[in-house]
Amino acid sequence: MTAPDRTVAGPGTKAGLDPKAGPGPASGPDPIAGTSPITGAIPVADPDSTTPGLDSDLLASPPVSPRRAAWRRFLKYRLALPGLIVLTLVVLGAVLGPLLWQVDPNAVDPAQYRNPPSPDHPLGTDSAGRDVLARLIVGGRVSLAVGLAAAVTATFVGILLGALAGYARGWVDSFLSRVCEVMQSFPTIIVIITFAAFFGPSLVTMIIIIGLMEWTGGFRVTRGLTMSLREQDSVVAVVGLGARNSRVLFRHIVPAVLGPATVIATGMISGVIMTEATLSFLGLGVPPPSSSWGTMLNQAQSLRILESMPWMWLPPGIAIAITVLSVNFIGEGLRNAVDPRQGQR
Amino acid sequence: MTSTSETTPVLSVRDLTCEFSTAGGTVRAVNGVSFDLAPGETLGVVGESGSGKSITMLAILGLLAANGRITGGSVTLDGVELVGASEKRLQSVRGREISMIFQDPMTALNPVMTIAAQIDESLKRHSRGLDRRGRQSRIIELLDQVRIPNAVRRARQYPHEFSGGMRQRAMIAMAMANRPRILLADEPTTALDVTVQAQILDLLHDVQVETGTALVMITHDLGVIAEVADRALVMYAGRVVETGTAAELFAEPRHPYTRGLLASRPTLDDTDGGDLDAIPGQPPNPARLPSGCSFRPRCDLAQGRTECAEAPELAVLGEGRAAACHFHTELALSERPA
Repeated sequence: MTAPDRTVAGPGTKAGLDPKAGPGPASGPDPIAGTSPITGAIPVADPDSTTPGLDSDLLASPPVSPRRAAWRRFLKYRLALPGLIVLTLVVLGAVLGPLLWQVDPNAVDPAQYRNPPSPDHPLGTDSAGRDVLARLIVGGRVSLAVGLAAAVTATFVGILLGALAGYARGWVDSFLSRVCEVMQSFPTIIVIITFAAFFGPSLVTMIIIIGLMEWTGGFRVTRGLTMSLREQDSVVAVVGLGARNSRVLFRHIVPAVLGPATVIATGMISGVIMTEATLSFLGLGVPPPSSSWGTMLNQAQSLRILESMPWMWLPPGIAIAITVLSVNFIGEGLRNAVDPRQGQR
Repeated sequence: MTSTSETTPVLSVRDLTCEFSTAGGTVRAVNGVSFDLAPGETLGVVGESGSGKSITMLAILGLLAANGRITGGSVTLDGVELVGASEKRLQSVRGREISMIFQDPMTALNPVMTIAAQIDESLKRHSRGLDRRGRQSRIIELLDQVRIPNAVRRARQYPHEFSGGMRQRAMIAMAMANRPRILLADEPTTALDVTVQAQILDLLHDVQVETGTALVMITHDLGVIAEVADRALVMYAGRVVETGTAAELFAEPRHPYTRGLLASRPTLDDTDGGDLDAIPGQPPNPARLPSGCSFRPRCDLAQGRTECAEAPELAVLGEGRAAACHFHTELALSERPA
């Protein structure tokens, strides 16, 4: 069971070895005989009389810092880093792309009706004669923003309420669980349409609405996990040693839930990107003529386009697939990163 | 280290009763348990699984599961009542006045926090006077005290880098962090190897001598009682059936259950190679306790006797000595079980 003692070796040990360089184990006071009994005065005044090695910051700098160790575990999943790089490129492309490809994505040109790729339009033009590459770049901003922001919002709300319900139990749990069930029984799209009609279609409205509608998945997982976690010995032990509720919840339960929640969040991103597409299709997403990947897909739905004009639907489709895949890879790596027991193998 | 009537008990439990509401009805898991704990004393609590040992200790700290509650009796710490105290008050008692060590050190530590961080939590909570540096030296001091070698390096490690015995040492360090007056140890050695068990028992004893903490040791191992306890309670079906010093219990058990437990132990001079003696039957289901004396169905003394239809009172037999059997005098006269 005991892991090999790897903390001594390895590159990150300077913090661990330096402080002990002075008084070695043999020259320092005997750790057993030299300590004052527990009832004795706390040796704070004279640093030399305390146990050796306190020059280093015990609480802040383990031999391998937690962050560094987490990063290592993240990398242990071999697709995590490629995923991170690809997603970064996609995001950079969406953010900086318009600077490099300075074509107006909304410029309608009837003469360029559904043209295949050409030097002027590397990815061709759509049914309104607009440049597909320019629309892909601008549409990426919308899809990424909605996908990431809404998934994070939904997961955040889900974790918060789920941990609360699972920890408090009783009427709090009953109430939140009923709310969750009600939310799940609503047809999401119809509710979102209603809200969008009230508050007017915009990017922010969409993020908030999707976030507030889709928290039930995170809620249920978090609630169940919290209920089992709070009965675990390690949590009972912390409570038994006098920890306050908030501390137990945010230090011992929520971190343990983050792993599974990350997986849910990454899984949600693809769904949210598609929801955004649906909303945009219905005219309740980003208002036209702005584009998003989902809108582009929806505008390419006719059989003729699908059969003979792949430049109109392949780019946004590939963009969605690449984004969702790399997000999933990152999610898997993150799951390893938050759990020190992973990556031991 | 002895308990006499002159020392004021630090912890006093009177007629403690705990009930759990389950699908099968209300279960009385602890039924009128009383005991005193003197400062610095070691009290052993023995009994089979389900006899209410652990529940009693959890109830003292107000840590019963959601479906359980204390339905009667009192728990006083230095004369201050804990039953019915606010959660806030209990939180300030836990870990500062009364600490607890759990059975399985493999699961009782948070796997994603370093040992130092976990001890630090308790220090931050209860030892407000200590600054960061003070807490750090205190952590090292504690790890030294529980004989964890190379404390500075070990403090920064995670629980999975510790062996079972080392983890239990770390648990003890956590529990002792704020110099509690009482340490409740719930079968602290059950999950460990036999050799490590002995080390942990020695360690608990040493820590106790150094700090003057009173120790309640829950166990089902009579050997542990013989080794560490000044005094012991024998529990059966939620009740205390016998109390006395460890020596008294071993030399002259006055309850048939205690006698049965002693007879069930393997001994070195048991040369006939036969099977171990066992108490016949099984511990009763606490939801359906037998009427009268709970031990009646398994008791060889009870056969055909009408007295046992009534639950026996805990009869005081002397200073700190009591037994709950109608026939304790008979047991005193009968010879010791082989």
